[in-house]
Amino acid sequence: MGRLKIVNIGLEWFYHELKRQGAEVVHVKWRPPAGGDKEIIELLRRIKTAGLR
Amino acid sequence: MPLKVKILKGEFRDSVVLMRISNRIKALDGVEESAVLMATDLNKQYLKEVGLYTPEIDAAGPNDLVIAVKGVNIDEALSAAMEALAGMREEAEAYYPTLSSALEEFKANLAVISVPGEYASMVAEEALSRGLNVFLFSSGVPVEEEVRLKRLAQERGLLLMGPDCGTAILDGYAIGFGNKVPRGDIGIVSAAGTGLQEVSTLIALMGGGISQAYGTGGRDLHEEVGGITMAQCIKLLAEDPQTKAIVLISKPPSKAALEKIVKETQRTSKPVIACFIGAKNVGDRIIYVETLEGAAIKALEAVGSGRVELLGLNREEYESLARLEYEKLSPGQRYIRGLYSGGTLAHEAIYLMEKHGFKVYSNIHPDTDYRLDNPWESKEHTIIDMGTEDFVLGRPHPMIDPTLRTRRIVQEASDSSVAVILLDVILGYGAHPDPAGEIARAVAEARKKAEAEKRYLAFVAHVCGTQQDPQNLDEQVRKLEKEGVIVMPSNVQAVKMSMLIARKGGIGGE
Repeated sequence: MGRLKIVNIGLEWFYHELKRQGAEVVHVKWRPPAGGDKEIIELLRRIKTAGLR
Repeated sequence: MPLKVKILKGEFRDSVVLMRISNRIKALDGVEESAVLMATDLNKQYLKEVGLYTPEIDAAGPNDLVIAVKGVNIDEALSAAMEALAGMREEAEAYYPTLSSALEEFKANLAVISVPGEYASMVAEEALSRGLNVFLFSSGVPVEEEVRLKRLAQERGLLLMGPDCGTAILDGYAIGFGNKVPRGDIGIVSAAGTGLQEVSTLIALMGGGISQAYGTGGRDLHEEVGGITMAQCIKLLAEDPQTKAIVLISKPPSKAALEKIVKETQRTSKPVIACFIGAKNVGDRIIYVETLEGAAIKALEAVGSGRVELLGLNREEYESLARLEYEKLSPGQRYIRGLYSGGTLAHEAIYLMEKHGFKVYSNIHPDTDYRLDNPWESKEHTIIDMGTEDFVLGRPHPMIDPTLRTRRIVQEASDSSVAVILLDVILGYGAHPDPAGEIARAVAEARKKAEAEKRYLAFVAHVCGTQQDPQNLDEQVRKLEKEGVIVMPSNVQAVKMSMLIARKGGIGGE
């Protein structure tokens, strides 16, 4: 894996706990896409999957 | 009692951060009830139940933060909450809005992902496609998604630890929930989070150390997944020059997964020790042990270091300690109530008790005849895993938030048939800053309740941690012992002590 360099996505708590240990870490302040609107997320997912095919 | 609600539109904060603020507000004078949370459907329901709901919350959504305070001192409490949030906002200025913006400036090689389950596979896939290894803490990912993501990782020469992966120790850093253990020559691969914590801390306690400890997620050895990640990790440890012995931890694996694992272990000459709690036949290549404690001992034997005698008491000491407790019990007190925050430790407790002829009910019992219909209520001998969905939906895991467990301790104390309350206390990064302190307060309250009904209650606990953990093992043990809790050096020994007390001496077998 090489020297550990971490990106934390989600719970801020884990970022603080890694920082406290002296780990090299940055935090991504993740938010639910489309404001958490499930229909739009599903639509985006389908568009993305179709694009990959 | 006056109630005031403040809604902050678009102020998304995670549940642990909010719990920390919420606890601070609750402790203020004149606050009767309060909550600081995101306006998800589940949380709205909770606000209704505790009488903190107002019509203005109707329009709030999962990205809106609600502060609700009931009491005589609401304005001060509200401004305290706002202040705490502002402090965190400042800190948060250094945060990246997206994974791609973070990677432009920081060449990461591991993504630690703990987003809500429904988004987890989307975020994990993005990380994998950008060449990152993934530690996926989130749960609720469908098994077919897990297989797809694990295959994708494997094709790219990456690891996907998880989903529902609680612990890893990589290059000495604890990821998720993990303990500060010395670096050393024993490698671990675990499909069970607290299993990894127990084995790594017991190895540390006996003077050994850990090279790398990987988590695989709880389903890796199920039929559908077939041990993809465990096999990858065995290969990594086999090739790692620091690692001299390999420990595998899991619930009993499926046939397909076991075959894959055995095949992988045959490619290395390093000793392999497996604790597959409850499994019987694992083949000749692997040294099989029954318990997590056994795995730690065998691993140290395999590398020829460590001092096994540091772990525990002799038989006479055990029995006299147990006698002092059971002599104070009345004849009607017969049952053990195990309230666990660590799922693997709860499984181990069920396994050991059944082996000694105890009939055990549990919310995680593999046999549905012994599965509790209602996990909130115990029955005869009961072992509860308080980290299951019943207890953690919409609130942090009991290792972070002890509220439900401390309440349950007090609840069990009013049952006159209870002899022993058995507990695990898990230290380390990710965990509550003072779990033993919280438990000790609940023990004191429970004792008072039992004493009012002229009953004694025995408390037995195991503290899973090290001296180097932020909470400090010795200090935590002292807090429990001050309240008369018998603290044992491993989960196995805590369970055995509980059985001795409940049976009033002599548990047979050993």
